[in-house]
Amino acid sequence: MLSFTALDIARIQFGFTITFHIVFPAITIGLASYLAILEGLWLWKKNEVHRTLYHFWTKIFAVNFGMGVVSGLVMAYQFGTNWSRYSEFAGSITGPLLTYEVLTAFFLEAGFLGVMLFGWNKVGPRLHYFATVMVAIGTLVSATWILASNSWMHTPAGHAVVDGVVVPVDWMAVIFNPSFPYRLAHMVVAAVLSTALFVGASGAWHLLRGRREPAIRKMFSMAMWTLFVAAPLQVAVGDLHGLNTLEHQPAKIAAMEGHWENVPGQGVPLVLFGWPDMDAETTRHRIEIPRLGGLILTHDWNGQYPGLKEFPREDRPNAAVVFWTFRVMVGLGMLMIVLALWSAWFHWRGCAHESRALHRFALLMGPSGLVALLAGWYTTEIGRQPWVVYGLMRTRDAVSLHSELTLSIAFAVLVAMYVVVFGTGIVYVLKLVGRGPGPHGLPPGGDSPNQRPARPLSAATELLDSPSSFQH
Amino acid sequence: MGIDLPLIWMLIIGFGVMMYVVMDGFDLGIGILFPFISDRAHRDAMVNTVAPVWDGNETWLVLGGAGLMAAFPKAYAILLSAFYIPVLLMLLGLIWRGVSFEFRFKADDAHKPFWDKAFMTGSFAAAFFQGVILGAYIDGASVMAAAQGTGDSMAWLTPFSLFTGAGVVAAYALLGATWLVLKTEGELQRRMIRVTHPIMIAILVAILVVGIWTPINHPAIAGRWFSLPNFWFFVPVPALVVLAAAGIFRSLGRDPHAGPFIWSLLLVFLGYSGFVISIWPHIVPPSLSIWEAAGPPQSLGFTLVGALLIIPMILGYSAWAYYVFRGKVKVGEEYH
Repeated sequence: MLSFTALDIARIQFGFTITFHIVFPAITIGLASYLAILEGLWLWKKNEVHRTLYHFWTKIFAVNFGMGVVSGLVMAYQFGTNWSRYSEFAGSITGPLLTYEVLTAFFLEAGFLGVMLFGWNKVGPRLHYFATVMVAIGTLVSATWILASNSWMHTPAGHAVVDGVVVPVDWMAVIFNPSFPYRLAHMVVAAVLSTALFVGASGAWHLLRGRREPAIRKMFSMAMWTLFVAAPLQVAVGDLHGLNTLEHQPAKIAAMEGHWENVPGQGVPLVLFGWPDMDAETTRHRIEIPRLGGLILTHDWNGQYPGLKEFPREDRPNAAVVFWTFRVMVGLGMLMIVLALWSAWFHWRGCAHESRALHRFALLMGPSGLVALLAGWYTTEIGRQPWVVYGLMRTRDAVSLHSELTLSIAFAVLVAMYVVVFGTGIVYVLKLVGRGPGPHGLPPGGDSPNQRPARPLSAATELLDSPSSFQH
Repeated sequence: MGIDLPLIWMLIIGFGVMMYVVMDGFDLGIGILFPFISDRAHRDAMVNTVAPVWDGNETWLVLGGAGLMAAFPKAYAILLSAFYIPVLLMLLGLIWRGVSFEFRFKADDAHKPFWDKAFMTGSFAAAFFQGVILGAYIDGASVMAAAQGTGDSMAWLTPFSLFTGAGVVAAYALLGATWLVLKTEGELQRRMIRVTHPIMIAILVAILVVGIWTPINHPAIAGRWFSLPNFWFFVPVPALVVLAAAGIFRSLGRDPHAGPFIWSLLLVFLGYSGFVISIWPHIVPPSLSIWEAAGPPQSLGFTLVGALLIIPMILGYSAWAYYVFRGKVKVGEEYH
């Protein structure tokens, strides 16, 4: 039924490896800031609960950071192995930005990560706090480089094309390209939301199991307050990002909305659900709200924006995919707001730590941040198609010339490995979470000589297979 | 004339590759030597000698990949797509090795053998495919054709590249064994001294075979070495190889400590020098030079600023880590 071309397999492989990878840095970014806040509160209020939580989440941060480094190793080479013609064309821009990201990560590892993970008893509290803050800033700097590189592929600027190759002309314009600020903000808030939902679900899990100590309650309520602020903020940021996309990549918006053509003098309706059919050039079975689509995207009652039919067939992204990935993201975003409002309401009534229904919902929503983040990322990347660099290079001209057979075998090996390696890693993280914060709040890394910043995984000493890790 | 940016970048990447080969070489060597040691306490001691440093050693590989893309996008594109399969297998080997290294510490006794095997296979695969890539890289022409879609995607797989794969496994085993001679004592050290002898013989055979095979296959490389006056400039390389080999055998015989490891480093450095002499100034043999493959000066200059700031820091930090963890690792010492 399905037959994949070499291009399809290369795209699926890239999507697969990034899907696995992106989860770890997203949680790293969110947890780093969370840890900086926790340590700040500990220094300010000297309340034991913040220190206990700091030590607990530091271990999970460390394992997660390690997984991110390992899964990132493949990324540094995949541009060449799978997208060699892209690398030759735009390596002069992507290469330097990725190199700066790598340098930032190593700067962090060499400088501050070690102090943060293993220096609690070795350096003064102020210096330790400084290290934690620097790690948090460092993760954001890392994200900045990656998103600058990615945004440039969506809205290229500051370059010239000389002899069929991209040449950077103005690095400030390359980095601060038109979609970069929106994309960065949207991604960072998504990382914060993913982390808040993950931390909240961890707290909810322990609450459901009857644990009521201050650290668990604090963990849950901090996560819900973060959600309360970040979820509505993300709606506003997402709206701005959408307007920016409409300005620079109108075909993507048309595909996301399943919008084919305008009716003169009438605002574009919002298609809630439907099935975009690329061949028939229509969205089947649609349920729509009149004028709302145009209102959202143009902030005008009679608003119109280009439909897919205004673009040549070969320039249209696959609407059936992005229409739905976009709705998954938005739908989960709405559920996040529901969770935030529900927990705020119960907090106001004073029963947020006792409602089993609320805790079950929060537990269920644990992975929703990451799922929404991935759905959003699929939307923007698949929506950029058929271009790899928007308007400059088509994806089919970017791919390395490998045979279907080569790619299929490579992909199968990759999937098997990833499932074992990162599956084990994820299980280990969940075991650490399942164990919950210890009563003594022991700092990770006593004086064991081989706990090293270059090996963040060594910060967590719990056994992987030990059944005792479920006891508390 | 201005600054020769491609040359500076070639030196940085060349330096990074050498650092990688030397440093990750002995880490991978430890995994390669695992089959020769079955005692649990000995295996733990072997792993503990590199526990503080192995991850930092891998830094150079990531930096090399990103730096190559930034400075020589054309070479990055050609080489990585030509070596798609061996590069992927090498990376998977490294991931497998790295993760099993950590989970080995965290596994209970029932699962430890699984992660031990993973550590062995990962180390072996990473080393072997690095060697395969090296051999295929020297055989540049067919590989370049493959990258442009006009050749065979399995062009990298030749008797020569399989042979260099085995050669690199032996070289890393040598680095690992002599590193352990330096870092351990007692029974484990005696075993390592014993195992170094056959490894050395294998390496000398490998060097000899590659030394004859390469110039026969590649007249240009033969011309580089065997024409006058080049011959007199380059003759110290094989002469020093003989000296280093003699040094290893001699130092092994008299209560060795750092001697065999230092001689091994010299041997690997000489192998690397021979390789550079053979292909210079090409970044994709036999015809694409570093200047032809370089990206625009704006990219090279922009990235150089960051590299010159951060690389000295990484070097200082690595040196510090080795200094802190100097001295012998004792068998049975509990780390976790």
